[in-house]
Amino acid sequence: MVHLITELSKYTMLILFALYTYQCFSALKRNVSHKKQNRKYRRQIFYLFLIHLNAYAVLYFSTENRNMLFFYLAQVVFFVVVLTLYYNVYGKCSRLVVNNMCMLMALGFIMLTRLSFDAAVRQFQLAVVSMAITMLIPLIICRVRMFRKMTWLYGGLGILGLGVVAVLGSVTKGANLSIEIAGIAIQPSEFVKILFVFFVAGMLYQSTSFLQVVKATILAAAHVLILVLSRDLGGALIFFVAYLVMLFVATRKPVYFFSGLAAGCLASVVAYHLFNHVRVRVLAWQDPLGYYEQESNQIANSLFAIGTGGWFGMGLNQGMPNRIPEVRKDFIFSAISEEFGILFGLCLILVCVSCFLMFLNIAMQMKDKFYKYVALGLGTIYGFQVILSIGGKIKFIPSTGVTLPLVSYGGSSLLSTLAIFAIIQGLYILRQQEGGERDEKGKPTARTKPKAAAPGKPKNGGEQDVIRFD
Amino acid sequence: MTKEKKNREFALITYVFLGIFLLMMAYMVYFQVFRSEDIINSPYNRRQDTFAEHVVRGEILSADGQVLAQTIVGEDGSETRYYPYGDLFAHAVGYDVNGKAGLENLANFSLLRSHAFFVEQLINGIRDEKNPGDNVITTLNYDLQEAAYNALGDNDGAVVVLEPSTGKILAMVSKPDFNPNTIAQDWDSIVNDEENSVLLNRVTQGLYPPGSTFKIFTTLQYIREHPDYTDYLYECTGSITEEDLEIHCAGHAVHGQQDLITSFANSCNTSFANIGRDLNYDSFAKLCSSLLFNTDIPVSYPYSKSSFVLNGDSSRKDAMQTAIGQGQTLMTPMHLALITSAIANDGELMNPYIIDHTENYKGISVKNYKPSSYGTLLSQSETALLQEFMARVVTDGTASALSGGNYTAAGKTGTAEYSDTTDAAHAWFTGYAENEELGQIAVTVIVEGGGSGSRVAVPVAKAVFDTYFNK
Repeated sequence: MVHLITELSKYTMLILFALYTYQCFSALKRNVSHKKQNRKYRRQIFYLFLIHLNAYAVLYFSTENRNMLFFYLAQVVFFVVVLTLYYNVYGKCSRLVVNNMCMLMALGFIMLTRLSFDAAVRQFQLAVVSMAITMLIPLIICRVRMFRKMTWLYGGLGILGLGVVAVLGSVTKGANLSIEIAGIAIQPSEFVKILFVFFVAGMLYQSTSFLQVVKATILAAAHVLILVLSRDLGGALIFFVAYLVMLFVATRKPVYFFSGLAAGCLASVVAYHLFNHVRVRVLAWQDPLGYYEQESNQIANSLFAIGTGGWFGMGLNQGMPNRIPEVRKDFIFSAISEEFGILFGLCLILVCVSCFLMFLNIAMQMKDKFYKYVALGLGTIYGFQVILSIGGKIKFIPSTGVTLPLVSYGGSSLLSTLAIFAIIQGLYILRQQEGGERDEKGKPTARTKPKAAAPGKPKNGGEQDVIRFD
Repeated sequence: MTKEKKNREFALITYVFLGIFLLMMAYMVYFQVFRSEDIINSPYNRRQDTFAEHVVRGEILSADGQVLAQTIVGEDGSETRYYPYGDLFAHAVGYDVNGKAGLENLANFSLLRSHAFFVEQLINGIRDEKNPGDNVITTLNYDLQEAAYNALGDNDGAVVVLEPSTGKILAMVSKPDFNPNTIAQDWDSIVNDEENSVLLNRVTQGLYPPGSTFKIFTTLQYIREHPDYTDYLYECTGSITEEDLEIHCAGHAVHGQQDLITSFANSCNTSFANIGRDLNYDSFAKLCSSLLFNTDIPVSYPYSKSSFVLNGDSSRKDAMQTAIGQGQTLMTPMHLALITSAIANDGELMNPYIIDHTENYKGISVKNYKPSSYGTLLSQSETALLQEFMARVVTDGTASALSGGNYTAAGKTGTAEYSDTTDAAHAWFTGYAENEELGQIAVTVIVEGGGSGSRVAVPVAKAVFDTYFNK
C-alpha cells in the first residue's frame, strides 16, 4: 500500500509542480490583468502547499517517523509567515519571486528530509534565521541611499574574505572553501559574490572611461585569481562571467566582452594543461564510466541516478540517492531527478529560469543605473550558478562544485541566496517608488509617453509584474 | 535614447542565458532518450537491484521461442531462476548470481523493468504484488546451438555462428561449461578450478594462435603489396629454412608448384612463409589494426583484444612464423568470425548483437534492436578474391568435406600448434555457407588440442551448416 501511495504521488506531485511552473510563465503574458495575475499567484501558493503536503505524507508513511509530522507543521508555519509578511509588509514586492523562493526552499527541505532528517532540520533552522535577517534587506534598500558610494569598501572586503580562505585553505592543503568561526563553517565566497556585484556596479556607475574599466578589471581579476588558487573553479567562473556581462552592458562595447571571453578561453586552456584537477574534471566529463573507480565516480553516479529514475522518477524514498557523493550539496538536483523524475527536474529548471527572468526584468525596469547594474549582476550570478550546478550534474558541461541556490544544503549558500532575493525584492519596491514619483509630477518625459500610450499595454502602475523584452 | 535602445544589451544577455537554459533542458531530454540506456545498464549501477523488489525477473527466450531462462515463483513467494536447457546455453545466457554474466548481465535492466499494462500495475500495487518483468528475445537459434554443442562433444573449445548480413549471433557455445541452475552451489569448485577456466567465455575471451586461418590476412597483405599477385609461383618442397628456422607443410606434404590460390586452398605453409618473409611488416601491422587486431571489437560480452605484434623491427623468422598464423599472434574466435562475416557480406562488417527485442510479458514489443554497420573493412575486389580463395578451400582443398550439400560453403581451416615441445595443436575452421532460400551464415570453430582443423573442426562446422540448411 505504501508502495502504491509512493507510486501515485510521483504523478500527483509532477502534475502539481507542472501547474505551478505553468503559472510562473502564464502570469507574465501581456494581456493578463493585475487582478488575474494575483489570482494566479494565489493558486501557485495553493500548489506549493499541496506538493509539500503530498511529499511529507509519502515520507511519513514510508518511514513512520513521528517527528516528521512536527517538522512538517513547523515548515508550514514558516512558509505561511514568510508569505504573509512579504505579501503584506512589502505589498509592492514581486509575488512571483516570493513564491519561487518558497517553492525552491520547500523542495530543498523535502529532498534533504529524505536524505537525512537531521540535515534537513539543521537546514530549516538556518532558513528561519536567514529569513529573519534578510527580511530587513528590502527595507534597508529603500531607505539607505549611500550604497553606491562605498565601492572600494566592497572590493576591499571581497578580496579580504576570499584571501583569508585562500591562505587558510592552502595551509590545510585541500580545496577548502570555508573557514570556521565559533564552530560554524562559513563560506565567504558566497557573500563576496554580492559584494563583488555591488563593487562592479559602483565602479561602472561612476564612469565607464577606459581608466575606470582598467581599475575595475584589475580588482575583478584579483577576485577570480584568488578563487582559482583556492581551487574554487566554479566560483571563479561565476565571478568571471558576472564581471564580463556587467562590463559589456554598462560600456555597451562588445569588444570588451569578446576580448574578455577570449582571455577566459585562453586561461582555461592554460589551466587544463597546468592543473591536474582541471584535467580530471574534463576527463570525467568525457567518459564518466571510464574512470569510475576514481575521478568520475560522482558524475557517473549522478547519471545512474537520473537515468534510472527516468521520466517519472523512482518515487520518493525509492531510489538510492545516497550513493551519489556530495548529494546534499552539489548533487541535490540528481537526487531530485532520480526520485521525482526528469520531467519534474525540467520543471525545476523552468522555475529557476522564471527567477532569472524576474531578476533581469527588474534590471530593465529600473531607471537608476547603479541598481540596474546590481540587478543585472545578481541575475547573472544566479542564472549562471544554476547552469553550472545543473549542467554539471547531467554531463551538459564538466562538473564544478557549485550548489543549487535555495535547494542545496548549506547555510552560507542559503543565506547569501536569500539576501540576493531580498535585494531584488527591494529593487521591485524601489521601482514602484520611481514610478510613483513620476506620476506625482504628472508629466512623464516626452520619450516615454508614446510607449506608455502604446495600445494593448497595461499601465505600469501597482505591483503588477510585467516583463518586456525590448 | 528610448527605453528600447537603452535596454538592448540587457535583452541580449537575457536571450543568451535563455538559450543556454533551453540547450541544457534539450540535452537532458536527449540524454534520457538516447544515452541513458547505455549508462544505466553499467554493472556499476547498483540501482538495478532495487527493481527486483517490485518486479519478477522476465524470461530470456531464443529466437524460435524456446525459454532459456525463467523465474519460477513458489507458493510462498520465493523466486528461483530456472534454466530449462542447463549447460546448453551456459555462456550465452549466463547466470543471475555472484555478479551475473552473459545475457542475465547484459539485459539485467530490461528483465527487471515491467511494461505491463498500467492498470494492471496499479492493481498489483494495491495488492502489494510484484509486476511481471519484460522478456528478452534473443537472436539465438535453438537448433544451431544444439547442433554446435553436440558436434563439439566432449572437447573444449568454442563455436560461434553469425548472420553476416545483420550481425545476429545465432549460436554461441563455449566449453567447458557449467550448469547455471546449480552455479551458486558449484561456485567455489568452479572458481578454484584454474586449469579449465570454466567461466571463461572462449568465444569472446579465449585467445588462441590462429594457425592457418591467419593466411586470410597474409593473402590480403600480399595482394595489396603485389597487384600482379596472379603471377605468383612457388615450388613447394615440403619445407623452407631461414637461419635456424625450418618450417614444414602439415603432415610433411610436398605440394609442388603452387600459385597463390592453390597455396591458400592447400594451406601450404612453406609457400606462405616465403610470402611472409618479404612483406612490408609495418604496413602488415597497419592492415591488421584495421581488421580489429589490438583494438576493441564491437561486442557487448566481455572480450579479450586479439594481438598482432609484428612490426618494422621484427626479424624475417618472426615474419615467416606470423604469416602462417604461428608466432606471437593471438585471436579470439569472435574476432575471426567477425572478419569472416565481413568477407561473406562483401566487406561490410555488421555489429554483432544478441538481443533482438524486448517485450512485455503479454508479448507486446517494448524495444527493437536493429542491425547496424560497423563499417566497410575490405574493398569489393578484395572480398571477391577472398571469397574465391575460400570457396576453393572447399572445392579443392582442406575443407572438401563441406562440399556436396544443398548449400555452397567457403572457408579456411587451421591447425595451430600451441606447444613448443609437442605437436599438440588447436583445430580451427572459419567460413560461411549460403543458399538461395535461407541466405548466409558464418561459422567459426575452435577445438582445443583437437589437432587437424580439416579433420576435427570442419565436421563441427558441417553439422551446423547441415542443421541450418536442412530444416
